[in-house]
Amino acid sequence: MGRYVVRRLLQMIPVFIGATLLIFLMVNVMGDPIAGLCGDRQCDPATAAQLKKEFGLDKPVWQQYLTYMGNVFTGDFGTAFNGQEVTELMSTAFPVTIRLTVVAIVFEVVIGITLGVITGLRRGRPVDTGVLLVTLVVISVPTFVTGLLLQLLLGVKWGWIRPSVSSDAPLDELILPGLVLASVSLAYVVRLTRTSIAENRRSDYVRTAIAKGLPRRRVVTRHLLRNSLIPVITFIGADVGFLMGGAIVTERIFNIHGVGYQLYQGILRQNTQTVVGFVTVLVLVFLVCNLVVDLLYAVLDPRIRYA
Amino acid sequence: MPEPPYEHDGAIAGTGFGGAMDLATSEAETLEKTPGGPEGTGPAGKPRSLWSDAWRDLRRNPVFIVSALVILFLVFISLWPSAIASGNPLSCDLAKAQEGSQPGHPFGFDGQGCDVYTRTVYGARKSVTVGVCATVGVALLGSVLGGLAGFFGGVWDSVLSRITDVFFAIPVVLGGLVLLSVVTSNTVWPVIGFMVLLGWPQISRIARGSVITAKQNDYVQAARALGASNSRMLLRHIAPNAVAPVIVVATIALGTYIALEATLSYLGVGLKPPSVSWGIDISAASPYIRNAPHALLWPSGALAVTVLAFIMLGDAVRDALDPKLR
Repeated sequence: MGRYVVRRLLQMIPVFIGATLLIFLMVNVMGDPIAGLCGDRQCDPATAAQLKKEFGLDKPVWQQYLTYMGNVFTGDFGTAFNGQEVTELMSTAFPVTIRLTVVAIVFEVVIGITLGVITGLRRGRPVDTGVLLVTLVVISVPTFVTGLLLQLLLGVKWGWIRPSVSSDAPLDELILPGLVLASVSLAYVVRLTRTSIAENRRSDYVRTAIAKGLPRRRVVTRHLLRNSLIPVITFIGADVGFLMGGAIVTERIFNIHGVGYQLYQGILRQNTQTVVGFVTVLVLVFLVCNLVVDLLYAVLDPRIRYA
Repeated sequence: MPEPPYEHDGAIAGTGFGGAMDLATSEAETLEKTPGGPEGTGPAGKPRSLWSDAWRDLRRNPVFIVSALVILFLVFISLWPSAIASGNPLSCDLAKAQEGSQPGHPFGFDGQGCDVYTRTVYGARKSVTVGVCATVGVALLGSVLGGLAGFFGGVWDSVLSRITDVFFAIPVVLGGLVLLSVVTSNTVWPVIGFMVLLGWPQISRIARGSVITAKQNDYVQAARALGASNSRMLLRHIAPNAVAPVIVVATIALGTYIALEATLSYLGVGLKPPSVSWGIDISAASPYIRNAPHALLWPSGALAVTVLAFIMLGDAVRDALDPKLR
């Protein structure tokens, strides 16, 4: 196990470097990082050269990348062009997005697994078919459409919630956005749990447990669920990284000032430092989530042995 | 969204289809011994391949028929939108902005006074173009790279796997925002190019897995023993038996690319006006959601039905190609 962890950590390094380098190149080579500084007009050449020198943009890209990464590891994500520290932006944005992600994960766990267990135990019944159809529809409708429709219905037409979230984003205002963010993954969790439960229901240990005369409830919770949830938990774990990266759309719909909002603003204003900084952190979160999931697998399923 | 391990593709591509291929080949072997026997003989007396079996299943599957009809209809209106919509999607009358349904304009007008029905019909073309081109690009690039890596193995394989990991670590919408925000071109090609760039690892993973499974089959070893060249083994023996999972994943991916195009257009970096696309229309309608919800609902509905049709088609094809479910 220890050797496996070390190997996985080592494997993460090239992926991290590759992904950040890719983003760095996209932002720096494709776009003109100082174009955003002179407003809507073109910078005059002298100013442009001066600015490039000031931000170190006249050096070759690989050197910029190395300098940047060196700074990142000392906790310095650079300064946005408006003079605000990127870390300062992060400290206001990340708590909001983390709250949003937590709400989404809670929905996935509570609703997703419950529905999955119910449908898995009643395979082929009307409940099962109905839920399956709904999940198919949820998977098909893009998140931004789901979000806009729910905002229209609950926020505008019926007035149950505030259509947009205030800037400090308290937990109760994040319930609907969280549900929207979770929606597609939620549907996958339902289907995954259902398949898993239906598969394990016919296994020998469940038959043994029933034959022993254990109450049905205990068979389901202790024997069936424990084994069926392994793939589901790993799915949800890997989803954390995706949700944080995918929150851009949800945050835009509900006007939440989180990571997605800052990134969107950064991209629109061509604020290189902000974009690269946030993306670097997101990639790191994603990689760590995947690592944790792989390790969780070993803890949850003793049949899996790592060399 | 991480790849769901069971439902979606990974596990099926890794194990299910390998089994499918083995079954298909063993069936073919029995056939040669007992020509014309009752088992394994189709109605026409010809040997039943995996594909003709799948086709027989599909023809009887209502889900397949409905989704195929929807897709045919979409292809039809994207080729000849004027056949069912006589207006011009770009001719708008501000005086009619946000008005509801009226004779001749069943879906009403959007915030700019454009006819929502005409725009929804014309919007299909961009979505279908993006979806089809991106899928073809992704499938070609992904299966060539993944297939070669799976076949030759070694250093090239590990390098490719690491590159795949790198691409998987970048959230798609985020990459789209970063890459496409600097593009000023108003055609569909940057969007397609971006999808191919970030989409190929998904297919290459699947193709790699199924080539590795197919490579170990006896008939491939036999071909090698008979002195077949690498290219012959790949093209004649491995590719036909490894292509099924790629087709299934590509069909489902087509739906998701259409959704992704709309999402990117909604964020303002995909297609841009005056292009006519569902994503653009939904984005333009969202500020008027209070007064003119119909301008949002119709293109959203069209988008949802389209994506649903492709995902259901992919599901149906997968069920037909996976004999374990029969």
